[in-house]
Amino acid sequence: MTPPQRQRRRPEPPPPPPPSPRQQPAAAGQEEEPKKPERLYTITGTDGDRAQLDLVTLIVARADPPSSATPEETAVLRLCAGPLSVAELSAYLRLPFSAMTVLLTDMLAAGTVHARAPIVRQTLPDRSLLEAVMHGLERL
Amino acid sequence: MKASETVPGPRAEDQLPHSTQAAAKIVIVGGFGVGKTTMVGSVSEIKPLTTEETMTQAGIGVDDDFGSATKTATTVAMDFGRIRISDEVVLYLFGTPGQERFWFLWNGLFEGALGAVVLVDTRRLEVSFEVMGRLEERGVPFVVAVNTFPDGPRYAVEDLRQALDLTPEIPIIECDARRRASSRDVLVTLMRFLHALMANGNLT
Repeated sequence: MTPPQRQRRRPEPPPPPPPSPRQQPAAAGQEEEPKKPERLYTITGTDGDRAQLDLVTLIVARADPPSSATPEETAVLRLCAGPLSVAELSAYLRLPFSAMTVLLTDMLAAGTVHARAPIVRQTLPDRSLLEAVMHGLERL
Repeated sequence: MKASETVPGPRAEDQLPHSTQAAAKIVIVGGFGVGKTTMVGSVSEIKPLTTEETMTQAGIGVDDDFGSATKTATTVAMDFGRIRISDEVVLYLFGTPGQERFWFLWNGLFEGALGAVVLVDTRRLEVSFEVMGRLEERGVPFVVAVNTFPDGPRYAVEDLRQALDLTPEIPIIECDARRRASSRDVLVTLMRFLHALMANGNLT
């Protein structure tokens, strides 16, 4: 019996670089301007003025909920008593990922949460991370 | 959302330690029904969760009707699980249900991923062709895991390699996605492959 035949593809030229990230990990949440509340639902807008949050960026609460906190913000702060990924927050809050990043961009700007893993997406994995994951899986 | 108290969170035993500093991700891809969600579920330490992304038609239709006046929102869902690697490192596994043409438009799903597992089912090899091609175009390193089904045809690895047009260094392994140890072995194979690529300076 002969299996169906596939044809290998070649790598495409890399896409143009994304808009320059305005936030570096160290300066997270210090340069953003306050956002209008309705931006939470503007989930199809441009990505340029959002923090470059990855699905697996770890978020940690830095403060108790301020009196002005929305229910979503209060929920994030409660969930992030320990580190939690943006993907998990999105799942628990039932918010689309991009809506979640808008909410978190505001919270990073307000200083109520901190992004622990790199905010800016890396194109190449770090060697020590690669080895940690490899050895960790081997021990499972 | 009515009240924040109604939002569920991780169970106490699923909380990550405060010492967790780094998160890595691996994406599990393949055609419809090959067992991606099964693999995430079998190896994850938490009950798999689902995240969603909303895309407009203008964003989706880049290859057919880009610029069409009507914008229709489409929701793309993604299952994921998690493995604690150490007190400092956590690994996330994203398994992508159907709608494969949307995965690559999900901003940031593959960027920053360590690599990918392509799950194939020998009864329907061709359903995983498209995603393999997309990974190659994107330059995302991957291994091929053959999810063995009792009624599926068995091919020799070299026949599969030829049929899938894979270079000799890409690992092809058989697995049973329902079994945790087997899924773990697939992930270990991917990590060793990535480590070899990096050691050879071929991880680009």
